[in-house]
Amino acid sequence: MKKFGFTTAQSRSIDYDKVNTKLIKYIIENESSFSTCISCGACTATCSAGNITHFNIRRLNIQIRLGKYETIKQEIDKCMLCGKCMLVCPRGINTRNVIMLIKKGLTTLDLSD
Amino acid sequence: MIDVLIIGSGIAGLEAACNLYESGKEIFLLEKEKNVGGNVQNWDTLFPDGKNARDIISYYMQEIQARQITTYLNTYVTGIHKCVDGTFEVHTSRDIVFKCKTVLIATGYSLFNAERKEEYGYQIYENVVTSADLEKRFAQQSKNQLPNGKPLHRIAFIHCVGSRDEKSGNHYCSKVCCITAVKQAIKMKQLVPDVEVFCFYMDLRMYGPGFEEKYREAQEKWGIQFIRGRVSEVAETLDKRLQVKAEDTLAARPFKLEVDMLVLMIGMESQASTALFQKSCGLKCADSRFIQPYQHHLDSNATNVKGVFTAGACIGPLSVFDTINHARSAAISVSNFLAE
Ligand SMILES: Cc1cc2nc3c(=O)[nH]c(=O)nc-3n(C[C@H](O)[C@H](O)[C@H](O)COP(=O)(O)OP(=O)(O)OC[C@H]3O[C@@H](n4cnc5c(N)ncnc54)[C@H](O)[C@@H]3O)c2cc1C
Ligand code: SF4
Ligand code: SF4
Ligand code: SF4
Repeated sequence: MKKFGFTTAQSRSIDYDKVNTKLIKYIIENESSFSTCISCGACTATCSAGNITHFNIRRLNIQIRLGKYETIKQEIDKCMLCGKCMLVCPRGINTRNVIMLIKKGLTTLDLSD
Repeated sequence: MIDVLIIGSGIAGLEAACNLYESGKEIFLLEKEKNVGGNVQNWDTLFPDGKNARDIISYYMQEIQARQITTYLNTYVTGIHKCVDGTFEVHTSRDIVFKCKTVLIATGYSLFNAERKEEYGYQIYENVVTSADLEKRFAQQSKNQLPNGKPLHRIAFIHCVGSRDEKSGNHYCSKVCCITAVKQAIKMKQLVPDVEVFCFYMDLRMYGPGFEEKYREAQEKWGIQFIRGRVSEVAETLDKRLQVKAEDTLAARPFKLEVDMLVLMIGMESQASTALFQKSCGLKCADSRFIQPYQHHLDSNATNVKGVFTAGACIGPLSVFDTINHARSAAISVSNFLAE
């Protein structure tokens, strides 16, 4: 068959039945405040790492919920653990602990589907 | 003995007083300030239809004067004590103790002190004002320029200041500040047509009749820009402008914006005297520290203390529309109770 140089794209929609929820469950079990995030972005606005790189802590939350671990692995080390994000969070989320748990989860949990 | 002692003469106390008078009750109205009218005295025009707040206040002044309702001004209520016979003794900052059959609490709310959110610079930077300050400026028709006489080019409103915020200890939504921001943003555009206006919000709560329409008008007719992101901090520039930091969460990009003036949409808090009532008669309050209605739907004016009722924003943030309705239903609840 002749190759036309393009392939069928995978569907971009999220299939909630297939989302890998292992990491999010682990984080919420250990830091339940994380489930109250309203994605307001105050943490990203104040973030020390976000000022100099494309690191976006708020978006990281969403990526965890969607089980997108590859991006998280690349991003998480940009955080300097300065804790500024905790100071501004209107929901009082211990974001620094969340980051510690992400790091721990990525190295110690079996996250395969 | 007095049938109903009404504490607070805001819109709630005034509306309830007129209704209870009409049903033949002997009532007294106590107010801690030197004027009646409560917070609405300081407002300019009211959402959603632009009604002049002063017209509402003078309407109620006429109504209570016509009925010659006994009003004690400069009288701060400090405690409500229930007697063994089920009546009440109400203690005040004066040397008088009022004896009454029922108490109607209409003490409303106090404004959140924006100095507590230090990161927004209220009382530190000169061009940071609160929504209440702005309302007073509009009402006094003061010139719409900065204190140093410079014209306004760009202003921003910050939503949820002291509401929906664990850091301020207020997890609840103050309910009217979103629509107040829309109202004030439009007013600003009407006064200074060239000014650019931004609103920074977390969620927009346009819950009442006519509110969503105002929001649309703000976008379509006045070009007001709504940005979904909570401002994390504010800094002053050398020329006294303000630099606002937020994330535009819909664009997923942090950004900075310089404005000439910043308006903080401050929330409502329970009055300090609510805690005194809690102590003196065991009145039940919600987590928000506002008074807990006995039954949210069917008995929202009664409280856990038999004979003590509520009207208006003392049960939580309410608009004038909601306040008047709640006060009218309070008059019915109190009358029914007295008839028992
Ligand atoms: C910036 C801003 C703008 C607003 N704009 C609008 C608008 O455009 N349209 C609208 O519908 N709503 C508006 N609101 C809401 C409006 O202010 C309230 O709906 C209204 O004030 C509620 O009336 P109230 O009588 O329950 O309480 P209040 O107005 O708070 O009145 C309570 C009264 O009780 C008195 N009092 C309190 N404690 C005691 C005590 N212990 N002893 C004696 N007296 C006491 C107080 O001095 C006061 O006079 C706005 C609110 C804010 C913050
Ligand atoms: S500041 Fe808190 S609530 Fe807001 S996005 Fe960040 S973690 Fe979520
Ligand atoms: S702790 Fe990490 S995510 Fe939070 S503000 Fe500091 S660098 Fe940013
Ligand atoms: S009404 Fe709007 S500004 Fe006020 S607390 Fe609720 S969400 Fe925030």
